[in-house]
Amino acid sequence: MPSTAGGGVRRSVTGTRGLVAAGFLLPALVLLGALVVYPIGYSVYRSFFDRSGDGFAGLGNYVEIFTDDTILTAVENNAIWVVVAPTVATALGLMFAVLTERVRWGTAFKLVVFMPMAISMLAAGIIFRLVYEQDPERGVANAVWVGVHDTFAESAGFPKARPAPAHPLKPAGGGAFVTERPVRAGSPVLLPLVGVPADKMPSDARPAKSAPPSTDGRITGTAWLDFTRGGGGTVNAVDAAELGLKGLAIEAVKDGRVVAEATAAADGTFSLPKEADGAVLRLPESNFREPYNGVDWLGPSLVTPAIIGSYLWMWAGFAMVLIAAGLAAVPRELLEAARVDGANEWQVFRRVTVPLLAPVLAVVLVTLMINVLKIFDLVFIIAPGSAQDDANVLALQLYRSSFGTDAHLGVGSAIAVLLLLLVIPVMAFNIRRMRRETRR
Amino acid sequence: MSTDSANGPDSTAGRAGPAGPDPRAGAVSEAGSVSEAAASGAGSVTEHGPVRARPSLASRIAARTGGGVMRVFLVLVGLFWLMPTVGLLLSSLRSPADISASGWWEVFTAPAQLTTENYERLLQNETVTDSLLSTVMITVPATVLVVVIGSLAGYAFAWMEFPGRDWWFLAVVGLLVVPVQVALVPVSKLFGTIGIFETTTGVVLFHVAFGLPFAIFLLRNFFAEIPRELLEAARLDGAGEVRLFTRVVLPLGGPAIASLGIFQFLWVWNDMLVALIFADSESPPITVALQQQVRQFGNNIDVLAPGAFVSMLIPLAVFFAFQRQFVSGVMAGAVK
Repeated sequence: MPSTAGGGVRRSVTGTRGLVAAGFLLPALVLLGALVVYPIGYSVYRSFFDRSGDGFAGLGNYVEIFTDDTILTAVENNAIWVVVAPTVATALGLMFAVLTERVRWGTAFKLVVFMPMAISMLAAGIIFRLVYEQDPERGVANAVWVGVHDTFAESAGFPKARPAPAHPLKPAGGGAFVTERPVRAGSPVLLPLVGVPADKMPSDARPAKSAPPSTDGRITGTAWLDFTRGGGGTVNAVDAAELGLKGLAIEAVKDGRVVAEATAAADGTFSLPKEADGAVLRLPESNFREPYNGVDWLGPSLVTPAIIGSYLWMWAGFAMVLIAAGLAAVPRELLEAARVDGANEWQVFRRVTVPLLAPVLAVVLVTLMINVLKIFDLVFIIAPGSAQDDANVLALQLYRSSFGTDAHLGVGSAIAVLLLLLVIPVMAFNIRRMRRETRR
Repeated sequence: MSTDSANGPDSTAGRAGPAGPDPRAGAVSEAGSVSEAAASGAGSVTEHGPVRARPSLASRIAARTGGGVMRVFLVLVGLFWLMPTVGLLLSSLRSPADISASGWWEVFTAPAQLTTENYERLLQNETVTDSLLSTVMITVPATVLVVVIGSLAGYAFAWMEFPGRDWWFLAVVGLLVVPVQVALVPVSKLFGTIGIFETTTGVVLFHVAFGLPFAIFLLRNFFAEIPRELLEAARLDGAGEVRLFTRVVLPLGGPAIASLGIFQFLWVWNDMLVALIFADSESPPITVALQQQVRQFGNNIDVLAPGAFVSMLIPLAVFFAFQRQFVSGVMAGAVK
């Protein structure tokens, strides 16, 4: 409290009468009394009554907060929020502040990172609904994720493709198929598959051709979609209207070892070197893998981390600017002295910078904690209706309990009181800090 | 400047951003602006101490490449931070069919997709234009009233004598962190009784009440800094309390009032929760109007993307135009 300790220190210059002072204060005090103080009292009072407001419920509503499954999820999520979001935001802010300190265009960087503070949580929510769009064709988060994933595990080809019941392939476990008999040079191999929808066929697949028997000991064959649109066609024979399975991977396996590999051409033909003579042909599982569709960011398990991510996008800049200001006040001589003594940059950071910044870091953490306790808009906007129960937080539950279809004002008020109680220690911390600062 | 000079600067420490040039005031008041904070840090890097040992060649090379890696990292982070906003902007400039077919990054290979069609349709959409007007109708009075009522009370707390002054001030500051959520139900009942529930007046009053603790806190500390001699001189010239307030205190309080005004303006402009409950459902502000479309996100994206961008324009303009006041305002008011 930066107020004057002794009441009489600052005397009114005008020798005001109390009445004039009352006139100056009245509008503020009336508004504060009616719209801030009175509601606190009302909420405390109302939290002890049941749904209708007539019956005394004692602590029943508070018990319900910690027993009702939906509200309990909110409590748990809020705990996750309060622990994770401020910590990560502060860590990011510290990192950015320290790194940008030595870069000439650090200001531009800071502007970019701080900018999200200016926009509404609603706009940020809409922005991140776009980012987290499930379809990798549209949502940038999944587009990147799928891109990375496919670099390491390419999904190709023909999910759900399988051999027709009567033909020379059998399942080999793990989704792969092998020929029932070893292949021989000179007799072309037929690898017919069914079950690929027309629109999932490669656009450049051409009508399948029977491979001519080889004369040089190579293994030749055709892998094609043994299905003639509109019926007709002979099973296990290459018919005119049937397409080659372009890109299908084929392995020749002898004694459990892959001795040769090939890929079917646009007309379905392939050829293997003569080492494959006498091997069985395997169609590996990778041909039939489902295309990877990315992560369900807004699904039940990831929705809270995803929304925390959007919060970090908004508030890391806040931490960064506060910490950068604190950093500017750190005496350079101390850092230099540490460097002269042979400390490397990491040691300087860890042993000198961070301890000197500790008070600022504490302020940032505490401020973000208060802010996070009351998080509402982001969750309300980003979590789709189906995931709102999983993403629930106290402020959202308060809104639903108070104004939802199944309103229970007693519970709503109890949550309000709980929020207030959680904020009070922080308020005490803040007031103590202000007092300390004014004493120095 | 007798007792006051010892007391004055200290009492304004803490969070009065532009008000407190006092270096001891803690981090917040030093965060004058984003650029300032950066500038003050930059100069010292090259000043090596005279006794510093000459680093070995290897360590210099390591430092160089380390610096290069750091720069690349920062550029990547910067791009990463920009990407969501750029995505929204580019999405808003594509036709609904394109949006549902592919991602916004397609425009880099097919710039012909860019069209202002969505914006044209948005500006003809009366719900949206009306809601922008509602936002202004709520934001402007809520800002002006907070500044006026807050500075009246701030002046009284700073320079008037009445019993229990410091306790009253302490109580007001204590209200700073009361979450708005606590008041939603009780105030909606209260407003219902006096007939201003779901009216613009109600929203404005709610925002004013919850803006006041911070306003009073900030302005009282700033006003207390004004040299006593100035006020006494004006008093000798025959100025009354009201004249003193309007002619001396308010003009001198300019910087603090600017910070407060900008903070409150953005707070109210960006608010959704309060408006969701208290605003007139016939003429909701832009945040609520857009929120109603979010349920069918995929279908309404051609309204949501440009709408969100339009709603961001004013805050972003304020941000870039008043960077300094903006930063100090946001810093000081973040507890809210």
